[in-house]
Amino acid sequence: MEAVGERGNLAGVGHILLVLSGKGGVGKSTISTELALALRHVGKKVGILDVDLCGPSIPQMLKVQGKGVHQCDSGWVPVFVDQDKSISLMSIGFLLEKPDDAVVWRGPKKNALIKQFISDVTWGDLDFLIVDTPPGTSDEHISTVESLRPYKPLGAVLVTTPQAVSVGDVRRELTFCKKTGLQVIGIVENMSGFVCPHCLECTNLFSKGGGEELARHAGVPFLGCVPLDPQLTQSLEEGRDFIQEFPKSSAFPALAHIAQQILDRTSPQGS
Amino acid sequence: MAEAGGAAPHGCPGTSSAQAGRAAACQGCPSRGLCAAGGPAASDPAIEEIKEKMKIVKHKILVLSGKGGVGKSTFSAHLAHGLAKDETKQVALLDIDICGPSIPKIMGIEGEQVHQSGSGWSPVYVEENLCVMSVGFLLSGPDDAVIWRGPKKNGMIKQFLRDVDWGEIDYLIVDTPPGTSDEHLSIVQYLSSSQIDGAVIITTPQEVSLQDVRKEINFCHKVKLPIIGVVENMSGFVCPKCKIESQIFPPTTGGAEKMCQNLNISLLGKVPLDPQIGKSCDQGQSFFSEIPESPATSSYRNIIQRIQEYCGLHHSQEKRSNQGME
Repeated sequence: MEAVGERGNLAGVGHILLVLSGKGGVGKSTISTELALALRHVGKKVGILDVDLCGPSIPQMLKVQGKGVHQCDSGWVPVFVDQDKSISLMSIGFLLEKPDDAVVWRGPKKNALIKQFISDVTWGDLDFLIVDTPPGTSDEHISTVESLRPYKPLGAVLVTTPQAVSVGDVRRELTFCKKTGLQVIGIVENMSGFVCPHCLECTNLFSKGGGEELARHAGVPFLGCVPLDPQLTQSLEEGRDFIQEFPKSSAFPALAHIAQQILDRTSPQGS
Repeated sequence: MAEAGGAAPHGCPGTSSAQAGRAAACQGCPSRGLCAAGGPAASDPAIEEIKEKMKIVKHKILVLSGKGGVGKSTFSAHLAHGLAKDETKQVALLDIDICGPSIPKIMGIEGEQVHQSGSGWSPVYVEENLCVMSVGFLLSGPDDAVIWRGPKKNGMIKQFLRDVDWGEIDYLIVDTPPGTSDEHLSIVQYLSSSQIDGAVIITTPQEVSLQDVRKEINFCHKVKLPIIGVVENMSGFVCPKCKIESQIFPPTTGGAEKMCQNLNISLLGKVPLDPQIGKSCDQGQSFFSEIPESPATSSYRNIIQRIQEYCGLHHSQEKRSNQGME
């Protein structure tokens, strides 16, 4: 747990990955949370850094809202989600007095906090640090990518929903990655198709295939489709471990497959 | 917002105070730098210019949500379509989502360019009485990313309000990005002397969305922006085959209805999920004409009517108070 040397508090972190999307509400926080749970499932230690300062969702999704962050000599101690301390989380949600407090901040203040989040959280030893971001290509993103650059992040997972309106924004996010030199691990298409629990008819609520087509068009890997699954939404609302509790659901194999591809990507270097 | 970490010093002015990071008590506080970083913007001469420009804009409506992807742009676009049905009304739609402008696509005018004229930028006209302005019209292609920090985004918003040749307008609808940051503060600030009718807040039924939306409502209170009401979008989905309704985004905490009761705000209506809506938006068509019979469409019509009524009332009240002052 030594927090010395050039990498400071990130010295014990194996791989850093960012979860990005140009579009809001496509499931960045959902994918971040489920990836963390899936990686834990295969025995990895995972940290999540939530840099969505105006709309932090991860504390709710992991049922740790209302927890406090403590300060120690080397910085902020993240909140541990479980007894085994296999998932730790840092979010602005832990710094708010009341959960409904609005963080009405302009860029410079957001940037200062993000820098602090990256340098001052005592993660300890982690296999993966997942950074969940707000939508867009602005202050939070530029600051996060700049501050993480010395730590050589593994890359970014881009999340989209299938419809053209969302894919359009994610195209811009791809340009952002290219311009900032951030590697794209791949694209996830979320909310693709809803299977009616009563008659098993599949309806493509937000159309279908947009994410895959974008991946092909941009020449980046396509990591898979995650169907709309009310069990998944429900378990996130209640902060339950979907990966543990619903192995038979339709979204499970998709999420497990995405986690596996990320693991494969790290194995040659030995994590 | 609490102190940014550790205990606040005795006499902490609070992070939202003008003295944040500058008061005597801030000396030695670990969060001092953080608090001092976001100072209040000095009053801008543009506010007066914008006030002049906005004198001939009767109603100004903001569409907000703390959460992304809940349907702000879909709603804004169709509020504009709905209001423009009345051919005697001039409607303008301004998209201030600088990093993710969706309005050009939803309005079916992607790839259009704005023209510069003597009186400023001309907005793009969808119909005779419906015009649109978006950063999307200023980009060179669909892959073009706007990688801008706050000040540049704010400058763009200022230009949209001050330098666009809006003309005489009955309704100006402003579509915003998610959050409570630069874009939101700027639009409220720039329109501060020109009376915004109010904000329509969009949410989806699940708690993960509501918790962000409550923050947005607090933002409105903080900046004294009236709230016209809340729209619950994607509320329930009726399977086209078996006709049974499923809750795709389950309202585990009572949905928007409960939230509105608790916070004493009006619920303007609930709009069910209809895959045709997404499809119409992707194709840039109005679902009022594409799927006029859908329950979602009729729910939209009711909501728009309530907004019209609110604005009518707001206007007459304002007139009365102005007369009272004279």
